Amino acid sequence: MRDIRVQIERFDPGEELARLEALGGGGVASFTGIVRGEGGLVELLLEHHPGMTAQAMARIAVEAERRWPLLGLTLIHRHGPLAPGERIVFVGTAAMHRGPALEASAFLIDWLKTAAPFWKRERFADGREAWVEPRAGDAAAAARWDDQG
Amino acid sequence: MAAIEMLYFAWVREAVGTGAETVTPPEGVATLGDLVGWLSGRSPGHATAFAEPHRLRAAIDQDFVDFAAPIAGAREIALFPPVTGG
Repeated sequence: MRDIRVQIERFDPGEELARLEALGGGGVASFTGIVRGEGGLVELLLEHHPGMTAQAMARIAVEAERRWPLLGLTLIHRHGPLAPGERIVFVGTAAMHRGPALEASAFLIDWLKTAAPFWKRERFADGREAWVEPRAGDAAAAARWDDQG
Repeated sequence: MAAIEMLYFAWVREAVGTGAETVTPPEGVATLGDLVGWLSGRSPGHATAFAEPHRLRAAIDQDFVDFAAPIAGAREIALFPPVTGG
């Protein structure tokens, strides 16, 4: 099972985990990304490249499936305006054993951060707005998988 | 050269002043780097957006590429900042 969604709507991690658990494996792992409300943030606006996003996410999924024996994976990434506390992104994996499920989940979120065409714009209570700059740590997190392929 | 659909995202879009435009580069504009240089002459907004090429990333026909990539045959080229999703 491979389920990839780019959507404005909210999602329910519980429902997504239940679908992965029903695949017959011995382990399900996941990551859920949440909007942090630090620094007076009132809104995070996610822009994306509509023609390219699903395809870029599919490539990341294919790479995970090549590296680990997965029974299923789910990638959900929201776009549009998001408030602090809202869920942005969900990565879920199902496998026969915990190792592949856990490792593939970490790989998928690391690569989603560096290889899917999304951009975040922050709006603060004092009216300031700014595009989020990429963090060196994100590139390093994605690169740690390079020598393990 | 055939017309190319340009797409701009995030602060690149804001600086250029539009998210999409169709351009027809002259002969001699062979690589993506050449194209960015040529586009910079279209308006002050373009010049601002493309002033620091190391801050830009690109995709040709929805594949990430670097600035040495040839643009021959490209139908759609997107220019944008490094991605910050997830």
